[in-house]
Amino acid sequence: MSGAKPRTLFDKIWDAHVVERLPDGTCILYIDRHLVHEVTSPQAFEGLRAAGRAVRRPEATIAVVDHNVPTSDRRAGISEEESRIQVETLEKNVAEFGVPYFPLLDERQGIVHVIGPEQGIILPGMTVVCGDSHTSTHGALGALAFGIGTSEVEHVLATQTLLQQPAQNMLIEVSGRLPPGTTAKDLILAIIGCIGTAGGTGHVIEYAGEAVRELDMAGRMTVCNMSIEAGARAGLIAPDETTFTWIAGRPYAPRGENFARACTYWRSLASDPGAPFDKVVRLNASEIAPMVTWGTSPETVAPITGAVPDPKAEPDGAKRAQLSRMLAYMGLAPGQKLAEVAIDVVFIGSCTNGRIEDIRAAAAIAKGRRVAANVRALVVPGSGLVKKQAEAEGLDRVLLDAGFEWREPGCSMCLGMNPDKLAPGQRSASTSNRNFEGRQGPGGRTHLVSPAMAAAAAITGRLADVREFL
Amino acid sequence: MEKFTTLTAIAAPLPLANVDTDKIIPARFLKTIRRSGLGVHLFDTLRYDVEGRERADFVLNREPYRRAQILIAHENFGCGSSREHAPWALLDFGIRAVIAPDFADIFYNNCFKNGILPIRLPRAVIDTLIGDASQGDNARLTIDLARQVVVRPNGEEIYFDINPFRKHSLLNGLDDIGQTLRHEARITSFEEARRAAQPWLPAIAPV
Repeated sequence: MSGAKPRTLFDKIWDAHVVERLPDGTCILYIDRHLVHEVTSPQAFEGLRAAGRAVRRPEATIAVVDHNVPTSDRRAGISEEESRIQVETLEKNVAEFGVPYFPLLDERQGIVHVIGPEQGIILPGMTVVCGDSHTSTHGALGALAFGIGTSEVEHVLATQTLLQQPAQNMLIEVSGRLPPGTTAKDLILAIIGCIGTAGGTGHVIEYAGEAVRELDMAGRMTVCNMSIEAGARAGLIAPDETTFTWIAGRPYAPRGENFARACTYWRSLASDPGAPFDKVVRLNASEIAPMVTWGTSPETVAPITGAVPDPKAEPDGAKRAQLSRMLAYMGLAPGQKLAEVAIDVVFIGSCTNGRIEDIRAAAAIAKGRRVAANVRALVVPGSGLVKKQAEAEGLDRVLLDAGFEWREPGCSMCLGMNPDKLAPGQRSASTSNRNFEGRQGPGGRTHLVSPAMAAAAAITGRLADVREFL
Repeated sequence: MEKFTTLTAIAAPLPLANVDTDKIIPARFLKTIRRSGLGVHLFDTLRYDVEGRERADFVLNREPYRRAQILIAHENFGCGSSREHAPWALLDFGIRAVIAPDFADIFYNNCFKNGILPIRLPRAVIDTLIGDASQGDNARLTIDLARQVVVRPNGEEIYFDINPFRKHSLLNGLDDIGQTLRHEARITSFEEARRAAQPWLPAIAPV
């Protein structure tokens, strides 16, 4: 359409899903896919029951258990009572409301943000929601995907829509190429370090530029996953040939003529030349090094060659006090070199870094080496199918031989809601997404890193520069 | 949902930035299947020591702030997860309004679904209000949603902005689902048009 106003990728998906624009600008937005898990859904189903409402489109909904399931052998069931009740409640609800569900012992079970794309359930141009902030992961496929609260879960179950105000557009353009040893995780950590944990508030971030185009789908999912850590409502990457190749052949992906038609539509979604962005940030990937967080907010991040900052250098009193509190919590001293920080636990997994590519990266570092004495190192595949694939490639043997634990799929040590937890004072190198106080267990200390960096930390027993292993 | 019209109450100062949802309610308390009963775990790690005893220096453990219904904090309040347990815990404790320079988006949304009013005000104003709140019971704040003002103890009125739809819902205690379902015919015709235009969109099979 010549003469039409140029639109961003976000604008196009948004416009295609507005059912009704209310007089004050609030929109009723249609939701194509709703992912449901055990922790944020029980009260929503209870609300439906109380109001005598049905699930409007069960066939647009998929449920799975991931947050509080143990990652040890599960054939005997879940021993922890509250977790078991939550899982049983979900099973009762999906049966009553007719919602498709991957049970705990199904090989398709896994982290909700891993299984959706893996099954071809999430496609470009869709709107996707889940009662989980890391729903932003699915933006990697060019779907508008965001986390919602439980009241909104109920709203989507009942109406297949949400009441939303449009977001603003933010462009993060990353030129150049990531240097060896530097991954999508380092890129997103560097971005969050640059714009801060509220840098994306009110915005949907579109990631573009050579470094983003070059990422594989797993890397793109890692980047979009942590958009929420930059405060953004969602992250997006324009779908391209990498996306289409990745989607083709997945169980729920369209086939044949339908796939060709879909690709034509998906190609039309890219931001138009000259589309206006409210905020633009430009970075050069070639300047990014392997990153590690040192504090209790994802924005407190530095290259592995760096050191813990000195709160005295902070002019703002409130911020200075907060920095001092962070260092006290983390048990770190100002000026301490990050590569000298000893660790107790390594966690490789989560919706950020639990895909097959992440496990391959960790195994490549682990191969022929040994986990340091006194370090516990866990590898938790993001889904049963990721686990199966890794085992077919012999990666489980490589990791087990090196002294890593090889576990069942789930959220595991990302969030301290299941038996995988840090003990008070324990320090982890973790491929997850949040280093908040107590996130991995009360009193636990988290350093966020890439899978390769986590494997390097496991081998050396301290935060380590993975480039020394290449 | 309970209406929010006007509120005159004790305000608790919490001068921290980036108060994340794990701080508001740690994940280990998310295993409930109910909305109520989370107030006792609100700000668990700030409020209790490892033995579970109250920390005397935490604001909500002190009088009169045990009875606070307003919370005043610094930037980016509610960042992190989408857990609605965060506003549920605040509400269960008795908090009906949170005032901060800005909020994380999902938390901000979640507040409105639970009759909690989040108010954005500039940092300089926050600092003034924290000064007021520090005087405890002698300095109650009033929030008048209809007029969109926070009234300081000295009578000064501070205007705040709020989306008209959210304001209307909160003033009247309206349920979003009921409001949306008034447009059900539009949703149905939208679905039909979408199915025709994008026949490749797969249905997920019942398992």
